[in-house]
Amino acid sequence: MMIKEKRQIFIFLLFALVVLLVPIFLKGSYFLNVLVFIGINTLLAVALNLLLGYAGQISLGQAAFFGLGAYISGILTTRFPVDPWLALVVAAGCASVLAFVIGFPILKLKGHYLAMATLGFGIIVYIIFNETVDWTGGPSGLSGIPNLRLGPFVFDNDRNNYYLVWMMTLGVMLLSINLSQSRIGRALRAINDSEVAARVMGVNARMMKVQIFTVSAFVSAIAGSLYAHTITFISPASFGFNFSVELLTMVIIGGLGSIYGSFLGATILTMLPEFLRVFRDFDIVIYGLMLILITMFMPAGLIGGIEMSIKIIAEKIKGSAENNA
Amino acid sequence: MDNPSQLVQYILTGLSNGAIYALIGFGFAIIHNATGILNFAQGEFVMLGGMFTIFILSFLNIPLPMAIVLAIAFSTLVGILFERLAIRPLKNVKPLSLVIITIGASIFIRGAAMLIWGKDTHALPAFSGNEPLYVYGATIMPQHLWIFGITILIIIANKLFFSYSILGKAMRACAYNAYAASLVGIDVKIMVLLSFVVSAAIGSMAGIIIAPLTMTSYDVGIMLGIKGFCAVIIGGMSSGLGTVLGGLLLGLLESLGAGYISASYKDAFAFIILLLILFIRPEGLFKQKETQRV
Repeated sequence: MMIKEKRQIFIFLLFALVVLLVPIFLKGSYFLNVLVFIGINTLLAVALNLLLGYAGQISLGQAAFFGLGAYISGILTTRFPVDPWLALVVAAGCASVLAFVIGFPILKLKGHYLAMATLGFGIIVYIIFNETVDWTGGPSGLSGIPNLRLGPFVFDNDRNNYYLVWMMTLGVMLLSINLSQSRIGRALRAINDSEVAARVMGVNARMMKVQIFTVSAFVSAIAGSLYAHTITFISPASFGFNFSVELLTMVIIGGLGSIYGSFLGATILTMLPEFLRVFRDFDIVIYGLMLILITMFMPAGLIGGIEMSIKIIAEKIKGSAENNA
Repeated sequence: MDNPSQLVQYILTGLSNGAIYALIGFGFAIIHNATGILNFAQGEFVMLGGMFTIFILSFLNIPLPMAIVLAIAFSTLVGILFERLAIRPLKNVKPLSLVIITIGASIFIRGAAMLIWGKDTHALPAFSGNEPLYVYGATIMPQHLWIFGITILIIIANKLFFSYSILGKAMRACAYNAYAASLVGIDVKIMVLLSFVVSAAIGSMAGIIIAPLTMTSYDVGIMLGIKGFCAVIIGGMSSGLGTVLGGLLLGLLESLGAGYISASYKDAFAFIILLLILFIRPEGLFKQKETQRV
């Protein structure tokens, strides 16, 4: 156990070091800009993974919490003289309270029913973004959202935004990795395997599910607020059902329950449209195919697949070494 | 238009939309009862029905009824391929995986439809002209009558099939207990495939009869699918009267809500009803509560 934990710390520190050093080697600002969005999507994917990968509860309404974070932040800072940092805190708080309140009835549902209910919730929120034109600007969006700032230091260029977003993302990743090895993480896994068995063992499954749903909404709303303040313009199109499916795809192809998997999934899905500009319209077909194929043939996702093939190769090498000897 | 006739108009629109929701709901119930899967791609069969008909008509110079039959055949083929390629190969999977696979299939079919047919909205010609009829000051399109007629026919055919035909009875046996059904010589795999066939056929028919009224495009499947799901949830996951009532109720509430409260929130009403039903009576409005075995 100790060795495993030490290895985990080592891997995380290595990952964090690479993340912090990357901007030094990247002079071109375009790629840095893509990395900012990878950071935001990683936050969102990790948030969904806490719910889906750890606790086994699906949500097709994650884009709604992302959107709520973005819109609450955007409206508070453009319509009222609210400081962006305060807006971020208020946005995350509001989304969490909403998630906590709807969490009780919604998480009573299971499997397909839970998927449909969260999908319905997501679409209701999306309709509200579109129709409350006086507040949100409707389909044409909300512009002029101010950047975050620390004293004289303004987060208005890609390099600064990169550090802002990735500090937050690394923090959330560390907490999530920690969570998986805590008592709460084990309880969530127990719920994932068998909710009844978990309850028999004394896990307050209902409260636990609502809490992780709330945490997931909290992180998603922070991502939304960061998104609004870095990109300074938001419109409902970014927060629809398609984006919820995209987040689901990130988590599935990376690997359920794997935090680095979420990063990998977010990276692939953020880069894919950048590289496949010619095939712009193909992305949705590719996402659908990936969801099906990965679920059928690689249920542990790419990270699981990589670990598996390393193991197989290692055993083969070992085997042939023994044969030779 | 005075108020009573406006009310009649809303009710008519509501009922005809509701009939469509009920048919889509049937599709959900038939697959769910045979396999335990809630097929998220159900709405895509509805989209395929309308889109296939329109494109068969534009490529082949054949009469509408033949185009409709061909379109249903093609949609059913998609249903068969879906079952054979993505559902049957699975063994001992968690419900979560099934949810994800049907979601994947739904966006795959939608994306493929977009690539093949483009993003434009298309109209199917009405089955028998656009000369409106007037009832109590409200206008009825002949297409509304087609919708009511075909829906009633499908409901009766569905009832007869599941109550009297040997195949229908075998499918019901599988729904009740697949293992016991296999012991008395029923081929469960064939019944599962058949459930996809029936469900795709009914779904695409629904898509075809609504297309002349509402237009259609590659992305209509998701909204129609969820509303059909809402109907079948109200009906307690049966392909019977409960779901018909559920669909009509949903159609009426939606149409009256859009007419008297706010048209821009029309879709939101359906989803609020869906959430309320799921929260308060997930076993349906017309069903006795059952205990869950674990």
